[in-house]
Amino acid sequence: MAGLKSWTQERLGWDELAHLVQKKEVPIHRWTIFYYLGGMALFLFTVQVATGILLLLYYRPSSAEAFESVQYMMADVPFGWLIRSIHSWGANLFVGVVFLHMISVFFLKAYRPPREATWITGAVLLFLAMGFGFSGYLLPWNTLAYFATKVGTDVPAQIPGIGHLLSRILRGGSDVTGATLSRFYGIHVAILPAITTVFLGVHLVLVQRHGMSVPPGIERQGKPRTMRFVPDFLLRDMVGWLVAVALLAALAAFLPWELGVKADPFAPAPAGIRPEWYFLWMFQGLKYLPAKIAGIPGETLGVFFLGGLALVLAILPLLDRKRSRLWNAAAVVVLIGAALLTVLSLLPRKSMP
Amino acid sequence: MHVAANEPGQSRRRWISYLLGTSFVAAAVSFLYPILRYLVPPEASEPSLTEFELDIKASDIAPNTGRIVPVGGKPVLLFRTPAGELRALTAKCTHLDCTVQYRAERSDIWCACHNGTYDTKGMNVSGPPPRPLTPLEVLTRGEKVVLKRA
Repeated sequence: MAGLKSWTQERLGWDELAHLVQKKEVPIHRWTIFYYLGGMALFLFTVQVATGILLLLYYRPSSAEAFESVQYMMADVPFGWLIRSIHSWGANLFVGVVFLHMISVFFLKAYRPPREATWITGAVLLFLAMGFGFSGYLLPWNTLAYFATKVGTDVPAQIPGIGHLLSRILRGGSDVTGATLSRFYGIHVAILPAITTVFLGVHLVLVQRHGMSVPPGIERQGKPRTMRFVPDFLLRDMVGWLVAVALLAALAAFLPWELGVKADPFAPAPAGIRPEWYFLWMFQGLKYLPAKIAGIPGETLGVFFLGGLALVLAILPLLDRKRSRLWNAAAVVVLIGAALLTVLSLLPRKSMP
Repeated sequence: MHVAANEPGQSRRRWISYLLGTSFVAAAVSFLYPILRYLVPPEASEPSLTEFELDIKASDIAPNTGRIVPVGGKPVLLFRTPAGELRALTAKCTHLDCTVQYRAERSDIWCACHNGTYDTKGMNVSGPPPRPLTPLEVLTRGEKVVLKRA
């Protein structure tokens, strides 16, 4: 045993890694609970990877077979319903946790120097998560997803000049067809995972490098107590992960994810078309935009607004150098606005037939 | 060791670095160009047809009803006004590309995605649509409906 240990030590250098793990500590203060959100997001991401790989074994990415293959999985494959429902519910839980993670990091000002790059890679990971959600939504090829994708891929077409080219590249043609499905499948299972691996790797290395950030208010009271990451914090982390697994299993069992009706490109968009909940605020915003604002198409302005919002979010640590309280106020306004639009989009529509 | 810039070795080294650098850039461009072109799908060759005979009898469409019919791979809304006139409009909402439907309750055309409405001439009436729907000419040949693109 000792021989094996020294043999691997000489070749792999475990000791350095073990030393790093032993050194890692987590500060204890009133906001410590927010440190669990990053680990929770990471855990839910691994659930997505594992269930996603399992789904690949039965899923067929073509407009003729995609819907049927998911139907077959849900109805006939042993535990297929479980794997697919966990993947769908897990995706929503994951995006929710990522949002909470980002909001808590924002209000605890954990993006202060030297952690700006951690925030920026985190923002990119948020956009990638939304990309995963958007591309994965189409894969079952049902009516809801079909029209949501038609709208979503027509939004970039509103950018003057290169918009139509972008939309064509996304759709794999001028319309949402089987070509779009192939493309979204490739994006969902290969392109986004590859990019995510890189950004997630950098994000995690940076978190280890800089350690946990202590909020400014706590910092002023002096250096807080700490607990060891292994085993004290990790065991607490794992309790949370077990709760998450239990929640996912319960959701999958009691509220299996619906499949809906197969997409028909020659059917009108049914009432009640809506994207996943985290895109609802954009969706609702698009309804309120007038066709023209000061001679510029409303959607074009909307796209520029969203692009600007994403850019500000990504480079926030570089803009908020003086730690002005205005940023907190702006964030509260944006969050309340988004929540309001989301609620409005869920209200029954007056003009519905 | 310090080497003066005007020594032959130094300027030769710089020249070689320049060649190497530009070769790398040229190689990268030659690898990337086909990939970027590959990402853009080829233009679908537009069908040159302007006239489409549908497998639908004109009498199949009752007054104040409509249905979506595929015309050259695109959805078209074929409907009959309450007054009895048979009309056809492109079914692609001019807002964000959803497929519109005929709404009998209000005798108008409605897009469910963002609640846009058009009148029976295809004019955008309310909601976000920025432009009217494009009309197609409706003819009947025997019993069959024939649509003509303008």
